[in-house]
Amino acid sequence: MGRMVYLKDVVTLKLAEEKCVGCGMCLVVCPHAVLSPNNGRVRIENRDACMECGACAQNCPTQALRVSAGVGCAAAVINSVLGRKDSAYCCVNEPKKQNDDPEVCCGK
Amino acid sequence: MSLPSLKQPFVVGSIPTAVGEVPQVSSSLGAMDYWGMFKVRWRIGRMRYKIEPGLYALGRPDDRSPVLVTANYKMTFDRLREALPGRNAWILVLDTKGINVWCAAGKGAFGTEELAARVQSSGLGQVVSHRELILPQLSGPGVAAHQVQKLSGFKVIYGPIRAKDLGAFLDAGQKAMPEMRRKTFNTLERAVLAPGELVATMKFGVFILPLFFFLGGLGGPGDYWTNAWNHGLFAVQALLWAILAGAVLTPILLPFLPGRAFSLKGFFLGVVAAVILLTIRGRHLAPLPGLLENLAWLFMVPAVSAYLAMNFTGCSTYTSLSGVKKEMRFALPLEIGAGSLGVVLWVGSRFLA
Repeated sequence: MGRMVYLKDVVTLKLAEEKCVGCGMCLVVCPHAVLSPNNGRVRIENRDACMECGACAQNCPTQALRVSAGVGCAAAVINSVLGRKDSAYCCVNEPKKQNDDPEVCCGK
Repeated sequence: MSLPSLKQPFVVGSIPTAVGEVPQVSSSLGAMDYWGMFKVRWRIGRMRYKIEPGLYALGRPDDRSPVLVTANYKMTFDRLREALPGRNAWILVLDTKGINVWCAAGKGAFGTEELAARVQSSGLGQVVSHRELILPQLSGPGVAAHQVQKLSGFKVIYGPIRAKDLGAFLDAGQKAMPEMRRKTFNTLERAVLAPGELVATMKFGVFILPLFFFLGGLGGPGDYWTNAWNHGLFAVQALLWAILAGAVLTPILLPFLPGRAFSLKGFFLGVVAAVILLTIRGRHLAPLPGLLENLAWLFMVPAVSAYLAMNFTGCSTYTSLSGVKKEMRFALPLEIGAGSLGVVLWVGSRFLA
C-alpha cells in the first residue's frame, strides 16, 4: 500500500516563490514529500498529500511558505466546539495557553 | 544547572561531567519498560508516563558524541535508546509534559523556546565541544531551526522520522535516505492504536450499553426481564458491533476501505456489520415492531461506526485540519441525524410491541 491521501483540494499551503532562497529546510522537515526542488527553489509537488502540520512554514527563514497549521483531529474539533480543554483522544492534553485558539487544540 | 535524578528506575549509572553526574541509561529495555509500553497502548496512565527532562548519557559518551534531542514521554525515550545498541550519545530530553514528539511539536511544547532553554539549563555547552543538535524530523512543526541557532548557538540537524533509522543516519554522516523522511502509516502502526481507540470509546460505552439494555425491557407484551434479555441484549450486541467496526476494524483496514473520508470508511463497515447482524437475527422477529427495530439498527450501527471512524483522524498521520473540517461538515449532521432517527425508531418499536 503506497501513499495514503486524504480529501482533495482542501489544503491551505501557500508558496511565495519569489521569497524562496532555496535553503531546502522545508524539503527536510516535510513528512509527506509535498515539496520538491525546482531550479534552486522549491515548488509544491503533491498538494493533496499536505497534512498542514506547519513544519515547512516554521522552518522557512524567509516566510516563503505559509499554511494554516493545525492537527487534523475530529475529536479535537468537537472538544473545542464543546469548550472542553482536554480529551482522552489523540494527542490532546492541556493547551499551551488557557485561551489557545479553540480550533486547534494540538496546533499552535 | 540542573540534572535529572539518578534515582529513576531506568537509570543504570552516571557519567561525571563538568556540570555534574549525568544519569546514564542503557539501550536494552527491561521488563518494566515493556510492561509500561503495553499499559499506555491501553491508555492506562498514559498522561503520567514521563521522565524527568534534562541531559542523559547513553552508553559512555564524550565531548564529541552526538546530542540527540527527544520528548519526555517515556515510550518515546525508550524507543530512542532501544534503537541505538552499542552507541554512545547524549540524550537531551525536553519537557513536553509527557507527550510524544510530533504531538508536542504541534502544540509548541517541543518548541524553539523550550529547546533553547533546555540547552541552557542542562549546561550542554560545557559537556560537549561541538555545537550540533540532532532533532527528530517530526519536531519540525514546533522548532524553527534558524532561530534555535540564534538563541542557543547550537545548530539544528533534523534526523530521520523514526528512531530505528538513527543508526544508519549517523553512519551515513548525518544524511537521511528519502524514505527515512516519509511518515508511513502501515498496518502495524495502525493496529497498535486500536486498543487505545477501544478504551476511549468504552469510557462512554460503559454508560450507554447498560442504558440500552435496561430500556430494552420496557414496552412489549412479555415481562420486563424477558424483553430486556431479547431486545436490550440485542441492542448491546449491535452497539458492540458498531464499536468494533468503527474503532477497531476501520483503523486496521483503513487503506482497503472505500472513500477518502474516514467517516465514509466507517460507514461502509457499519453497514456491513448491521447487515450481518440483522441477517443472523432476522427470522426471530414479529412483523411491524420487529421491522422498526431492525430499521433502527440499520441506522444506528453505521452512524456510530462512521462517527468513531471519523474520530480516528486524530490518530492518523496524514489528515489535515482543513480536510477534517470539510469531512465533519457533511458527516457530523448525517451521523447525528441517522443516530437520532435510529433511537426514535428503536424507542417506537418498544412501545408498539
